[in-house]
Amino acid sequence: MRELALNVLDIAENSLAAGAKHIAIALTADFSAGRMRISIEDDGCGMDEKTLAKVTDPFTTSRTTRSVGMGIPLFKYSAESTGGSFGIRSVKGEGTYIFAEYVIGHIDRMPLGDFGGVVLQLVTMNPQVDFTVTVKCGEEEGVLDTREIKEILGDIPVDAPEVRAFLKDYIRENLVRLYGGRL
Amino acid sequence: MKSLEELKALRDKMKSQTDNRAVAGSDETIVKVGMATCGIAAGARPVLTALLDEAEKRQLHNVSISQTGCIGLCRLEPIVEVFQGGQKYTYVLMTPDKAKRVIAEHIVNGNPVAEYLIGNN
Repeated sequence: MRELALNVLDIAENSLAAGAKHIAIALTADFSAGRMRISIEDDGCGMDEKTLAKVTDPFTTSRTTRSVGMGIPLFKYSAESTGGSFGIRSVKGEGTYIFAEYVIGHIDRMPLGDFGGVVLQLVTMNPQVDFTVTVKCGEEEGVLDTREIKEILGDIPVDAPEVRAFLKDYIRENLVRLYGGRL
Repeated sequence: MKSLEELKALRDKMKSQTDNRAVAGSDETIVKVGMATCGIAAGARPVLTALLDEAEKRQLHNVSISQTGCIGLCRLEPIVEVFQGGQKYTYVLMTPDKAKRVIAEHIVNGNPVAEYLIGNN
């Protein structure tokens, strides 16, 4: 992984695999404190305590093709290698909350990368799932809530090319603009 | 700045247009991109974006592009699978440029790009 945004995509894919109907992604940057935080919360199937305890071990995975799972370990490492922190909470049957906090100026912090592109991909490739994406930078806040979008669209699919083009601009102007190039 | 008001206008515009899209039928082509940790790390996201952009540019309406999990051949990621006419074509070690060529030569013109297929890698 060369971008933090790809970690976000990867973790959100876990939420989708867990059967989530709603996924909340939040990116918060506090430039004065030199910190940023990424969190992903879902209402998927969650994990029991036994699974949760070993989920940061790369030799734990839910997939069946082989016994290595790198998603969560890589996300954890991306934060801890900058002097930040990582945490995960999960309740079986209720959902999972995962966050990573970074020291922005640390030399080992990966660039955020194409976060807007990741959001666009998640929203348009998973029309059956709702997303709330929040970006907060200091006092400014931008939100994309697909429930609002879908309410307006009615029976027009969220993955129609025209809607995708709209969302691409909407994400750039309302979310990405807030941190624009600084992460 | 783009607002939800603009989305309402777009919706009304789309509703007033007659739907001239091909109905998804037996001639629909399905394209899947592996999007698990292995695929993402190998660069599957730009490949998917290239496929979507190219399909949009060419107004391909009978093509469904979606993502899937780990296909099980992590060292050959990014992998793109094309399902067409009851056949499955597995493209491996893909890049955005290769993806555009697959759209042009295979999806549009019906000639699979043999050199990117799994048998030749």
